[in-house]
Amino acid sequence: MLEKMTASNSANGYAQLAADVLAQAKACGATEADIVVADGETFSVQVRVGTVDRLTKAREKRLGLRVFIGKRSATTSTSDFSRSSLDRLVADTCTLAGAVVEDDVSGLPDAGHMATEQPDLDLYDDTVLDTDTQIDWAKRGEAAAFATDSRVTNSEGAEFDSSSGRVVLANSHGFVGSYKSSNFSLSVSPIATESATGGMQRDAWYQVQRKFARLASAESIGQEAARRAIRRLGARKVATKRVPVVFDQETAGSLLANLCSAVSGYGLYKRASFLLDQLGQTIASDLMTIYDDGRMVGGLGSRPFDGEGLATRKNTIVERGVLKSYLLDTYSGKKLGLPSTGNASRSVGESPSVGPTNFYLVPGVKSQQEIIGSIQEGLFVTELIGFGINMVTGDYSRGACGFWIENGELAYPVEEITIAGNLKHMLKGIDVVGSDLVFRGRIASPTVKIAEMMVAGN
Amino acid sequence: MLRCVVRNEWAILPPYQSTLTKEQEACMPEPVQLTTFGVTEIEAQQALDRVKVRDVDYADLYFESRTSESVSMEEGIVKRAAKSVSQGVGVRATAGEKTGFAYSDELTKRDLEIAADTARYIANSPKGHSTVPVPTQRRPTRDLYPIERAKAEVATAERVALLNEIDAEARRYDPRIKNVMASFNTEYKVVLVATSDGTLVSDIQPLSRLQITCIAEDRDNRQIGSFGGGGRVAFAYYREENRHLSYAREAAREAILNLSAVDAPAGVMPVVLAGGWPGILLHEAIGHGLEADFNRKKTSAFSSLIGKRVASDVCTIVDDGTLPFRRGSLNMDDEGTPTGCTTLIEKGILRGYITDKLNARLMGIPLTGNGRRENYQSVVLPRMTNTFMLAGESDPQDIIRSVKKGLYAVSFGGGQVDITNGKFVFSASEAYLIEDGQITKPVKGATLIGNGPEILTKVSMVGHDLKLDNGIGTCGKDGQSVPVGVGLPTIKVDEITVGGTQR
Repeated sequence: MLEKMTASNSANGYAQLAADVLAQAKACGATEADIVVADGETFSVQVRVGTVDRLTKAREKRLGLRVFIGKRSATTSTSDFSRSSLDRLVADTCTLAGAVVEDDVSGLPDAGHMATEQPDLDLYDDTVLDTDTQIDWAKRGEAAAFATDSRVTNSEGAEFDSSSGRVVLANSHGFVGSYKSSNFSLSVSPIATESATGGMQRDAWYQVQRKFARLASAESIGQEAARRAIRRLGARKVATKRVPVVFDQETAGSLLANLCSAVSGYGLYKRASFLLDQLGQTIASDLMTIYDDGRMVGGLGSRPFDGEGLATRKNTIVERGVLKSYLLDTYSGKKLGLPSTGNASRSVGESPSVGPTNFYLVPGVKSQQEIIGSIQEGLFVTELIGFGINMVTGDYSRGACGFWIENGELAYPVEEITIAGNLKHMLKGIDVVGSDLVFRGRIASPTVKIAEMMVAGN
Repeated sequence: MLRCVVRNEWAILPPYQSTLTKEQEACMPEPVQLTTFGVTEIEAQQALDRVKVRDVDYADLYFESRTSESVSMEEGIVKRAAKSVSQGVGVRATAGEKTGFAYSDELTKRDLEIAADTARYIANSPKGHSTVPVPTQRRPTRDLYPIERAKAEVATAERVALLNEIDAEARRYDPRIKNVMASFNTEYKVVLVATSDGTLVSDIQPLSRLQITCIAEDRDNRQIGSFGGGGRVAFAYYREENRHLSYAREAAREAILNLSAVDAPAGVMPVVLAGGWPGILLHEAIGHGLEADFNRKKTSAFSSLIGKRVASDVCTIVDDGTLPFRRGSLNMDDEGTPTGCTTLIEKGILRGYITDKLNARLMGIPLTGNGRRENYQSVVLPRMTNTFMLAGESDPQDIIRSVKKGLYAVSFGGGQVDITNGKFVFSASEAYLIEDGQITKPVKGATLIGNGPEILTKVSMVGHDLKLDNGIGTCGKDGQSVPVGVGLPTIKVDEITVGGTQR
């Protein structure tokens, strides 16, 4: 059973707490301040080979304070909401702010720009699940993976998680916002063994939803996870060569995430992005139109207001290959001479940064099968590992596994290879965008094909 | 709060992606008392009694208090200062292979009881209390990071001054350095572990790190270079022999060097790894695969390879948590077990796994003191501390001279491994071509990919120049980050796939 919040921790209670701390900060010399209070409950169960491996349950709360003394600022956080702790926190924050250098563009957003309405984006589900139900979901997911094929011989486990929480944001302009959200997820990670060689492969499949009722069956997740692990059996290296490369939805999503970082305000003003000064320029194939939509109903990245209390919205980031907008908060926007795009993201104890909401590539018309079918020889990538991306230059080199394509068919699984290129050219080199967009996280992409990349193997 | 990721890929994060922070003070005059956390010994004892029902094999309470501070600069000014304080308790019960776990940031008797009841849920029956011995307080038997509080507590202004000097030094190195991003993070962590096997033990764990990233620009050509270091050290460490300035020059040097880097080659070739941080090869290729949990579950590519040859006979590799002041070192692990030095591979033969209490008990193998957790909100897992290869006999110059055409890799970003099939990657951030036994042109970053159980059999030469890294590593596993160290002498790997773009 998830326990209900006690009354003192209600949104109103936290709004009052926030108001008190803001008043105290002002008394301490702060010219502006904002405060985030977050709390939540989490439950997680991992089942492995049919029995509970780990069961975790907790409640958490945290308060983060940011103060400005003129153009100097500092940030602090604590999980201790007692009077004495908060007194100390306010004093510490003001002392810290006094120790840093004035930063001309620092400050809260203009008072007139704060979000004025807070739409219900359907992010919260009050379904209360008992422990046994959640264990059962994980067990059924894993059992379905084992039942799919006798080559599924072992398991890294199946995990069911449920969490819910509340965020309250308030600032010295008088803005007070709050919303609740929840997540329900199941992941299954089976291991398949090839009987002849004893070689093992694992893969996983998962789903996440804001609403419990929207979860697909545990069995369907387990079966897909098993299918993905089995198809990797017998993987081999291939010879080093240049070929067309198809990225499945998951790996195409990682390319989109790279693009998202490159157009985020902080990397841009620090000159640490490969897409400097490209606003209005063609940065990608004309098949690519990308939106970031913070108001998508039930979206995993949706929120009514951003980490500074500005209204979220739908931004066009790329339109037919042309960069239309960066992702900005107030600070990075000012550094670049632009207004915020409502993309401030905020960890409780940190200054705002920039992050996507629901960031996605608009689908095309071809199915994944048609895309693969159009290729004589090439690579279909289903997983990427490693950190071989230089965001300053766009140089890209990552470990990959997937399938070799011969005559329009997936011929055999491949592993221990790398794919390499430069993101600037890769984004322009996308010559097919698939039709299969599914939102499984805050960044989503259909299958894409890049005309040519270097694959290194034998 | 989304935690649904594909598991089984554990990574060392590149330094610039890491988030660890820390504060240093700390000497250990007296053991930390439970009352520090506002809990009485009786309350702790009652909570242990409550969780340790008959079919629970083991239970523990982990109290933690952590203060993290950071200051950071960019564009020539120290703009940001932050501090965070967190405190809480994690309550755990294990029964057979099962673990029940709960945590709380409130430390009242009632919160301890709720957590105890959740943790024991995994027991078949909440009945049949067994007797928990009254814990006797003991101290770790040594102090690997005896830092006097007075020498460690420095005003924010001193940290700001440190960063200002770094900025100036990096820009002085070369006018093409256009931006310097530097951060100084400190963490001061107090932990106390009370266990159902009668232990009550505490530790004070300071940790700090200085990290510098430079952006170099030459007309349209822009590049990045990074360097950093730290450990369980006092603030004075960074000023000793102007260590902070040498870090700044290193970051600037790497950025400037990369301005002239050519495209990296693609395909299989010999690779010489320099000493120190390139030891992440060991961390990824074999370290994770030798963590006991994966082997108990038989999901590791190393399962059932004990006693077998997994490396050439010039390779001896250890995990050693007892090196003074090191980032990966600990007086005790997070279950109160003293850390040790575990031989993983001896002259090429796989000797042992690294363990926590749960896995050591279930597998019937020695407890190595590698049970670690990120914080009170995380469960204990077997984790590495400082993992390195012992020095060999070759002259590093001879190693380079022995390569006709290959790669010399000096520094890396991060690495990652798939435990089950053994495939691992690590990405070079500073590398050169070797042509006819000579180091020639710098090449752009490239990912190296190999197979864990196989790669060390291809190590043909090991230098006499063992070096440990500077103290920047953060290892991620199952969503938990912990500080680690690595080390390596110069070695030659006869063949590995290099993921460049040029034939």
